[in-house]
Amino acid sequence: MEINKNTVEIELGKLYAIWLREFKVFLREKSRLVASTFTPLLWLFVIGAGFGSTVGNPGIGVLVSGIDYQQFIFPGIICMSVIFSSVFFGSYIIWDRKFDFLKSVMVAPVSRTTIFIGKTFGGMTTSLIQAAILLAIGLAIGINYTPISIVAITVLILLLSFALTSLGLTLGSYMESLEGFQLIVSFVVFPLYFLSGALFPLNNLPSWLSYLTMIDPATYAVDAIRNMMLGLDGKNPFVVDIGVLALSVVVLGTIGMLSFRRMKAV
Amino acid sequence: MITIKNLVKKYENLTVLNHVNLEVYDNEIFGLLGPNGAGKTTLIHILATLIKPTSGTAIVNGYDITKKPSKVRSSIGIVFQAPSSDDMLTGYENLKLHSLLYGVSRETRERRISEVLELVGLTHRRNDQVKKYSGGMRRRLEIARGLIHKPKVIFLDEPTLGLDPSSREIMWKYIDRLAKDEKITLILTTHYMEEADFLCNRIGFIDKGKIIAVNSPSRLKESLGGEIIEIALRNQQGVGAIDGLENLLKQYNFVHKVELNEKKGNIVIYVEDASHDLPIIIKAIDNNSNNNNNVKSVDFRRPTLNDVFLKFTGRNIMIQQEDPAEGGFTERYAQYGNK
Repeated sequence: MEINKNTVEIELGKLYAIWLREFKVFLREKSRLVASTFTPLLWLFVIGAGFGSTVGNPGIGVLVSGIDYQQFIFPGIICMSVIFSSVFFGSYIIWDRKFDFLKSVMVAPVSRTTIFIGKTFGGMTTSLIQAAILLAIGLAIGINYTPISIVAITVLILLLSFALTSLGLTLGSYMESLEGFQLIVSFVVFPLYFLSGALFPLNNLPSWLSYLTMIDPATYAVDAIRNMMLGLDGKNPFVVDIGVLALSVVVLGTIGMLSFRRMKAV
Repeated sequence: MITIKNLVKKYENLTVLNHVNLEVYDNEIFGLLGPNGAGKTTLIHILATLIKPTSGTAIVNGYDITKKPSKVRSSIGIVFQAPSSDDMLTGYENLKLHSLLYGVSRETRERRISEVLELVGLTHRRNDQVKKYSGGMRRRLEIARGLIHKPKVIFLDEPTLGLDPSSREIMWKYIDRLAKDEKITLILTTHYMEEADFLCNRIGFIDKGKIIAVNSPSRLKESLGGEIIEIALRNQQGVGAIDGLENLLKQYNFVHKVELNEKKGNIVIYVEDASHDLPIIIKAIDNNSNNNNNVKSVDFRRPTLNDVFLKFTGRNIMIQQEDPAEGGFTERYAQYGNK
């Protein structure tokens, strides 16, 4: 095909259309936004304050003075929000299929790759908005931001969200019915969250658990955000965290695109 | 406009389409009429390149569906059986979305959206979310969406399924109008014979994956000849008990065909002109049986497409309804629980 300004504009228009639809639906389904903001707050304030009172500072070995348990888990809660919203967003295409919306998109002259990327951008946008709400609430528990940390945290959230939305879309593309949704929650979402070190430091884990945390991409996001936000020396250097996240974006993104290509239209 | 060549679709042992050959002409309304499960939707899905045929192919608007699926997609519009617009978006937003997906140029986009909304009579509801639309309005929005990129062909899969009779008539009016206004080839599937009869220039009967007859509705009905008389008898022994009744009636040259239905206990007679021929037939029946008050009731009508289908297959076109899903996330969930 001849590549000119017009073709590019048309292709970008298709991508924009798919993204815009996701964004508008997200803004209109207020109950989704409220519910998905409330759950992380429960974790932050109930678990954070509850465990915080028993674990105490400096009861957890790695904690330095001046950082309480609530602040310690805050980066983990941000990532939890990203994990939940991204994976759920991706697997939400089961609904699109169930109600034939997906069919109407697939019968249009739009490549599967464009649909996939548009959806992923939609997932990243919704995850970022939810994370931004939580970041603002962070001010209330004494988190300080710098311009650099804000930029770095945003990049980390976007990378994690891209990888996990891809994962959700991949799973959704293979599932025919909503029964599988519960399996995703139990076998994907919660393990990703619990193994990420969101709630505990990774330094003194038994080795079996330590290995499991290493294959969870969220681990690297939690580690890097903790580093940027609280100035804690992470388990890994910042560049390693970013590198692993970028790698998971490439791997999970590629798997997702391939899954979309082989997905049946009807 | 469409040439279907020897199209076969098999799912494991099940043959859904069995060597379908069909020609659809430019700017006609073509109806695929057949019972549920006949293969209508599968055929439409194959022509729209959503599924691949097992063998054979079709040419749509000059493009081979197996070789140039993307070209085919750009030149067709399709309205699915169940509404597929996003009900969280407004009518306008759904049309904007699809105009972008079909690469409608920026200069013509807004004008075209207004045009198709006007065409289906939804201009006054353009900024309402689709979940607030009635079933008939949703269907009309789907049609508007299918027309947004000025396709050469539009497929309508059961366009009035699940609509109440008055919405159905409104829908027919719009379909009829769009065929005239848009200069488009229209292919619709239906199992409502009145719908096919009212709208279509030509009809293809489809049954068990095979096209069994293609012609205009009037020609198809004429093929049965004249009118149909149904006579029920009082005779307790059934219609077979009257000796030689069939032969007796066949000796009249206005009688085309006689069917004795033992189960229902009635006689179906195909004649030239029922109002003229009926008294002669009743008299003949009375004269020929021992009880001269043998005729219990009489009914006569012009043949319907159902009679034509009956002639070809020996079965009626059955009717089965299903409800389309409606509402937002919660309603969707509740709806899903019911299924």
